[in-house]
Amino acid sequence: MGCDRRSFLKGVAVASATAVTAVSPARADNDKRVLPPEAIGLLYDATRCIGCKACVVECKKANNLAPDTHYVGNGLYDAPEGLNEHTKTVIQLYKTDDEMSFVKKQCMHCIDPACVNACMISALKKDADTGLVWWRSDRCVGCRYCQVACPFQVPKFEWTKQVPNIVKCELCKHRLAKGGQPACSEVCPRQAVIFGKTRDLLADAHARIEKNPEKYNPKVYGETELGGTQCLYLAAKEMPFENLGFHYSQEEAVPLTQRTVQHGVYQGFVAPAALYVALAFVMFRNRATITTEHSEKGE
Amino acid sequence: MYPQTDNWIERNRICEPVGGKLMTPGYKVVLSLVVIGVLAIIYRFAVGLGASTSLSDGYPWGIWIAYDVVTGTAIACGGYAVALLVYIFNKGHYHPLVRPAILTSALGYSLAGLAVAVDVGRPWNLWKVPLEIWKWNTNSVLLEVGVCIFAYTIVLWLEMSPAILDGWRRGKNEALRAFAEKQLPFVQKMLLFVIALGVLLPTMHQSSLGGLMVIAGPRLHPLWFTPWLPLYFLITCVGMGYAVVAFETTAAAKFFKRPFDRPFLGLLEKLSTVTATGFVIFRFSDVLARGNLKYAFEATHFAFFFWLETLLFLGPWFLRLFSGRITELQRLLGSGILVVTAGAIYRFDTFLIAFQPGPGWVYFPSLVEVLITVGLIAAEAAAYIYIVRKFPILMGNPQKTYTSATEVAPA
Repeated sequence: MGCDRRSFLKGVAVASATAVTAVSPARADNDKRVLPPEAIGLLYDATRCIGCKACVVECKKANNLAPDTHYVGNGLYDAPEGLNEHTKTVIQLYKTDDEMSFVKKQCMHCIDPACVNACMISALKKDADTGLVWWRSDRCVGCRYCQVACPFQVPKFEWTKQVPNIVKCELCKHRLAKGGQPACSEVCPRQAVIFGKTRDLLADAHARIEKNPEKYNPKVYGETELGGTQCLYLAAKEMPFENLGFHYSQEEAVPLTQRTVQHGVYQGFVAPAALYVALAFVMFRNRATITTEHSEKGE
Repeated sequence: MYPQTDNWIERNRICEPVGGKLMTPGYKVVLSLVVIGVLAIIYRFAVGLGASTSLSDGYPWGIWIAYDVVTGTAIACGGYAVALLVYIFNKGHYHPLVRPAILTSALGYSLAGLAVAVDVGRPWNLWKVPLEIWKWNTNSVLLEVGVCIFAYTIVLWLEMSPAILDGWRRGKNEALRAFAEKQLPFVQKMLLFVIALGVLLPTMHQSSLGGLMVIAGPRLHPLWFTPWLPLYFLITCVGMGYAVVAFETTAAAKFFKRPFDRPFLGLLEKLSTVTATGFVIFRFSDVLARGNLKYAFEATHFAFFFWLETLLFLGPWFLRLFSGRITELQRLLGSGILVVTAGAIYRFDTFLIAFQPGPGWVYFPSLVEVLITVGLIAAEAAAYIYIVRKFPILMGNPQKTYTSATEVAPA
């Protein structure tokens, strides 16, 4: 029996060591994320946008995206309703009897992106310097958890293809690599959307509000919302961001709660390893007592 | 009456193959459903997900995830629940429940794995998830779920291996018998570590299945969203596990005309009722503390489903009120069915009903989705029937006297 126990303990030690080693890259990560040093993004000013959709067309050209003729038929008009597998950016319209505003949608490049947090083997990745969120085909299994996670519903899945990709704005990183800028900001005739470092864009946004307080909504959407985003928005004075499809104003990043729960339980894999040892020990003890228990009952 | 030994394999001498004719008309019906399911799977891969399913960018997950994976593995928690009872709480005399429970779990998890392979858009990359450890994103709850379910499926078949070897040992094939005789002592020795893993892994991933939807945060209805989702999924899967074993033991006993022990059912029913009630108490306190109880009194389908879940989870107590009018057996079975249904609806609600992708999105499963899900359930049933007929899984005649065999040296 003594020998048994020794080999048992040895086994347990080995098993726990394996478990701990396997997951040792797990680190404390339930902290609040901050803007990356070289963060880049877009600033969209709804008061400047005339809804010409040149950005939508240019984006499709730059990213080889097929026209979306689903909504307006006959294959004549590329008229996407919203972001979809053929559309990485889109201009939408909010209109009532006495007020209206356009709004451009594309990936927000969140400071703490839910999609990146959700992705199993980091097919979606946030660049440590620029904060760009992009997708890698060799790692994606097509599980679509990014779609469940994203509060802005940005990642889209190529439903019509047998080899589907995830489609989302990557700030035209192929153009950035050549020293250029995103197609949408380059083509915009009114500079309604401009590209730059997020810190500069934020300063620019606040300067515009300060200069024309009667023209602008005093809030810069994306400065604090959902942990902050690298793409920022300005709206007209009486136009709540809610109307433009930005439903969430809480400052807490979406993945924060989940990380807190998850890392609370799995920190360093100590709890599961300890539980395993405890379980094995209890079972080992139980096994030794089972015979006596039955014979005592005199069955 | 049961074998008295500290050797887990020997304690299963009471289990015997059911035998009998396999290709009954009913079995042929089940097999044809499997064939239809396989054809549907081929169709899904031929035309892609968009053409074969009702899934969309608004509802990226449908019944393959909500039923086959999330609900299916919870129903397959019988093995987990019974292992807890027998090995951890040391109720050794419930040992005859272990093999049928583990078998159902092993089948349930294997087919959930298959459902995942059908559901994902790029299955050729799937192998990287458990194997390319250096790529792991340890913040991903889905990674934890995926790797854990993958590992647990292997563990379940290892837990199942003594029964298969035991079957070969008792069988006529000389080569298989010799192989089994040789392997069984080793299996008996490793079993403790395997079973301990078999309790640890479901504790981890069943809770994480609930954790999956924590990240949907603001898009999950407040009656369902809570950071406590992992705990809720863990509690309900244990309740469902006991309920399923009670149901399955009775159903198998009736179907295969085998004896069964009613006291077993009594305890299982109590355990499932207690966990289900505990869950309702926890959840109500949580909803109340968050100030979200008001949503339960709005005229919405959310409120309807919230109360439906709650009443079903408390269903066993209502059945107790009618104990005069229904037989004890009917009550125990009914209680099991109610708790499993409640847990299933709770899972569907969390993953589909309470998930609000915004106006314009609707989801109702397509025919192909339903046929594949039915095909997977049929495959599970077909494999179960085959294995219990050929291998010593179900309890034999409890009146028979079993003596501890000497072929296997106690570990």
